[in-house]
Amino acid sequence: MPQNDIKISVKNLDAFYGKNKVLHNITMDIPSNQVVAIIGPSGCGKSTFIRCLNRMHEVVGGTITGSIMLDGEDLSKNDPVLLRRRVGMVFQKPNPFPSMSIFNNVAAGLRLNGVHNKKEISLIVEKCLKQAALWDEVKDNLDDSGANISGGQQQRLCIARTLAVEPEVILMDEPASALDPVSTSKIESLIFELKKDYTIVIVTHNMQQAARVSDRTAFFYLGELIEYDITKQIFLNPAKKQTEDYITGRFG
Amino acid sequence: MKHRNYFLYRKKTTNVIMMSLTVIAALAAVIPLFLIFYYTLSKGIAYLNLNFFIAMPKPVGEPGGGMANAIVGTLILIGIGGAIGIPVGIMTGTYLSEFGKNKFGFMVRFLTDVLSGVPSIVVGVVAYTMVVIPMKHFSALAGGIALGILMIPTITRTTEEMIKLVPHSLREAGLALGIPKWKTTIAIVLRTAWKGIATGVLLGLSRAAGETAPLLFTALGNRFWSTKIMQPIASLTVYIYDYSKSPFEDWNQQAWTAALVLIILISVLSLLFRFVTRSKYKSD
Repeated sequence: MPQNDIKISVKNLDAFYGKNKVLHNITMDIPSNQVVAIIGPSGCGKSTFIRCLNRMHEVVGGTITGSIMLDGEDLSKNDPVLLRRRVGMVFQKPNPFPSMSIFNNVAAGLRLNGVHNKKEISLIVEKCLKQAALWDEVKDNLDDSGANISGGQQQRLCIARTLAVEPEVILMDEPASALDPVSTSKIESLIFELKKDYTIVIVTHNMQQAARVSDRTAFFYLGELIEYDITKQIFLNPAKKQTEDYITGRFG
Repeated sequence: MKHRNYFLYRKKTTNVIMMSLTVIAALAAVIPLFLIFYYTLSKGIAYLNLNFFIAMPKPVGEPGGGMANAIVGTLILIGIGGAIGIPVGIMTGTYLSEFGKNKFGFMVRFLTDVLSGVPSIVVGVVAYTMVVIPMKHFSALAGGIALGILMIPTITRTTEEMIKLVPHSLREAGLALGIPKWKTTIAIVLRTAWKGIATGVLLGLSRAAGETAPLLFTALGNRFWSTKIMQPIASLTVYIYDYSKSPFEDWNQQAWTAALVLIILISVLSLLFRFVTRSKYKSD
């Protein structure tokens, strides 16, 4: 991979919760404007890994050793608050702010980060809702509660909210696992659209989903990175036996 | 077959008995409330007229008069109390829930619980010692401080519990948007828990409005019109206390009316709070 195409570079990453080591010596490069899928059985450290990428692991008391570079800068040297504006996150369970309207949910990140120009805000809200393929469904009810729409709509609202602060990287932690197939396919086509402008790292339990949406796939097992390659390669011709066993459903 | 019917029968009977017991318990819980309403209403309604709200108390022996000064006094007292108790309570509750997972937090939580168990007259004595004695006279301020202290534990604990109910995922959503923790706490966590916190504030205010003991030697009472916070001030509860033990039939009657007015005042306050904090969204 050419050096200037690398968005995030992870070297010798170990992650801990207390004394419990959950990630062992992870080294991988995440290229710009691609979708990287992280697969692996429950408890293999997938979520912990992507949380390290925007330092959300610290919120739940995690620590790391090793280095993570974003555009060549070490994450640990910068303020986590500023980092999270560049590296956004969409969570497994849709978590819109229930006390805010649909409009305000998307505007929240802007307002609370100091943007107060009403015209600018409403332009960005509209743009992000369109990007998240939600605009047509909610444009007449922007003042309704963000918690009163369907689960799939809520998740797209959360994606729009993440887009509003204009991140460079979007982390998705099983974004479709709580959704029905129609909503899932909407989110997947959305991911396909988004990678033109963003670098995306998505954790998924769904192998077909990884195969459908990602350019590269990493297989984690028991806190180790077993294999990381072009998605086609992983699914058609895995180098490691563990990977093959997992994707063919022999364990996990 | 007979066997099965027997068990089914027994199950159904137990169900009916238990259900009846819970209904009886629920009734028993609301009966005192209805009795209080009934008695205050039936005894107090006779003197309840506009005059009671706008006139001053008459001197001993003269019939009639109102309690305008006491109504305003009670409002001023809970106003001062609220100005102290609401911010301290909400901020303490927020600290305990968001940052209080340490020894200091544990200590504060424990002391708040102890404070909520301290008899209100003791709080009055404290306010007397700390405010009345140095100032050398009774004052609305001293009474308000006593009431403020009494509000703190209720508001603190309700705030803490309500904030704890806000899902962790909302905090994470805020932080993941690059919003600093303090802003996330105020604009997302507190805002989500706002309704519950308002209920706690209301409970604190209502309790304070109904206190007599801590006012006896702080705000003292006042037969005259006064809104000065550095002077003794009248309050409904102290009037109820004085008038109900007086030998004059007329005053006893007015004590009932004062009690009724106090209940109305708290109900209005409660409705006002519900209105202010009502949800913008229909199905919430």
